[in-house]
Amino acid sequence: MSVLVYAEHDNAALNKVTLSVVAAAKAIGGDITVLVAGKGCGAVAEEAAKVDGVSKVLCADNDAYEHQLAENIGDLVAEVAGDYSHILAAATTTGKNFAPRVAALLDVAQISEISDVVDADTFKRPIYAGNAIATVKSSDAKKVITVRGTSFDAVAAEGGSASVENIDVAKDAGISSFVGEELAKSDRPELTSAEIVISGGRGMGNGENFEILYKLADKLGAGVGASRAAVDAGFVPNDMQVGQTGKIVAPNLYVAVGISGAIQHLAGMKDSKVIVAINKDEEAPIFQVADYGLVADLFEAVPELDSKL
Amino acid sequence: MKVLVPIKRVIDYNVKVRVKADNSGVDLANVKMAMNPFCEIAVEEAVRLKEKGVVSEIVAVTIGPKAAQEQLRTAMALGADRSILVETDEEVQPLGISKALKAIVDEEKPDLVILGKQAIDGDNNQTGQMLAALTGMPQGTFASEVDVADGKVKVTREIDGGLQTVELTLPAVVTTDLRLNEPRYASLPNIMKAKKKPLDTKTPADLGVDLTPRVTTEKVEAPAERQAGIIVGSVDELVEKLKNEAKVI
Repeated sequence: MSVLVYAEHDNAALNKVTLSVVAAAKAIGGDITVLVAGKGCGAVAEEAAKVDGVSKVLCADNDAYEHQLAENIGDLVAEVAGDYSHILAAATTTGKNFAPRVAALLDVAQISEISDVVDADTFKRPIYAGNAIATVKSSDAKKVITVRGTSFDAVAAEGGSASVENIDVAKDAGISSFVGEELAKSDRPELTSAEIVISGGRGMGNGENFEILYKLADKLGAGVGASRAAVDAGFVPNDMQVGQTGKIVAPNLYVAVGISGAIQHLAGMKDSKVIVAINKDEEAPIFQVADYGLVADLFEAVPELDSKL
Repeated sequence: MKVLVPIKRVIDYNVKVRVKADNSGVDLANVKMAMNPFCEIAVEEAVRLKEKGVVSEIVAVTIGPKAAQEQLRTAMALGADRSILVETDEEVQPLGISKALKAIVDEEKPDLVILGKQAIDGDNNQTGQMLAALTGMPQGTFASEVDVADGKVKVTREIDGGLQTVELTLPAVVTTDLRLNEPRYASLPNIMKAKKKPLDTKTPADLGVDLTPRVTTEKVEAPAERQAGIIVGSVDELVEKLKNEAKVI
């Protein structure tokens, strides 16, 4: 067996989620090769070479890969895939975008967002917004898999000494082009890797009121998320959404503020180690999953909490 | 310009999912079924493009059991002009669905295929991307804005860090995210009219595609239940518990 892990990065640094994907690759077994595709991504390849358990790094440095366009990356990975039994990518918007193309080009199924490795052919994955866990077995010779990062403990970023091989495979399908991007700028930790996440829901009332959560988050070094209701109401941008259709988080501490706890939201945070819910409605379903519930007006409780920490 | 909108019949969004006692799957007996919410957004986007005069014909398609006709009728009540059912009672998986859709694309030659980014049953998020790869089309996944002009489509995509805009040559595949639009409700007159719109039925054999699943489900379990904890009486008590009991701050 041999596993190809697709590295997630921004051409400058390796995204930590890749360390969790390598952990999943280790659970499958066999040699682990990391593919870094991008533009001017040599530093990322060097970083990947140090990751514990990685035996080889392939670096495809080309203009066509700068923005991770699925058409080009899909063609590249499908070509490189020949030597591997498993092709793994993170279940991020990048991985979800190109991996099914690779599977289709190889004429194999994709197994999406695995949360556990049973054996080299068998995996667990959440279905129905996490309301059921399916154990699935693939009969394909090659497996294309996306990995839920929060379900695997990251391997060490240091300790490995893999070789880096530059590969000269230029795939430019010429059918898509990058126009631009608006990335949320925040000094707060990224939601999926934050140790503490504080999320606000419809109960926040408006976007300005999220200020009290930002203030508390900055004191705790926390990331700030939101429920779909808060996003739909226009309080905050969609990249803050935690849930079935947003981000999946599993921090040490998750604080749900003014969130009722729809199953679609719970799907995104119920694997958190400790859950705190602050809501004035004592009947809110969020209290059924919370380790500590506080029935209170959030506009009093959050500032008080802030002052006492 | 023609738009193809593949849709899926799934368990209704509001139904609480229960795992069968024998762990063979999720209990779908006598539960309410509906069009997948992301597919509703796809239909709505196609209808809006038609209302803007960009699109002239909308064809809805689904691969599934006879009962999936209901969802095709819904799509036509919302504004699709006609629809196609590829009828099968077997389990279908994204790769097989994509192959069937490719056969439909080859026949219909749409300029744009708009479909949901994922179905809320399998949560796979694969079909649009696979269809795009099989047909050699570019893709704009997780779309929050779609702008068709001059033989191209500009798609704003919801990505983990924010928004990304890409430009694709036509024909192209677009998959919908939640914020693309807010789907309308079908009016009674439109529901009546939809009953008279054409609905073709085909079989996978007609299309020459093999839908045999490549992945078998060994078992389906309920997730580990989280135990409800305690209700604390004050912020002070909460802080004390987090510091000394949970030790997370």
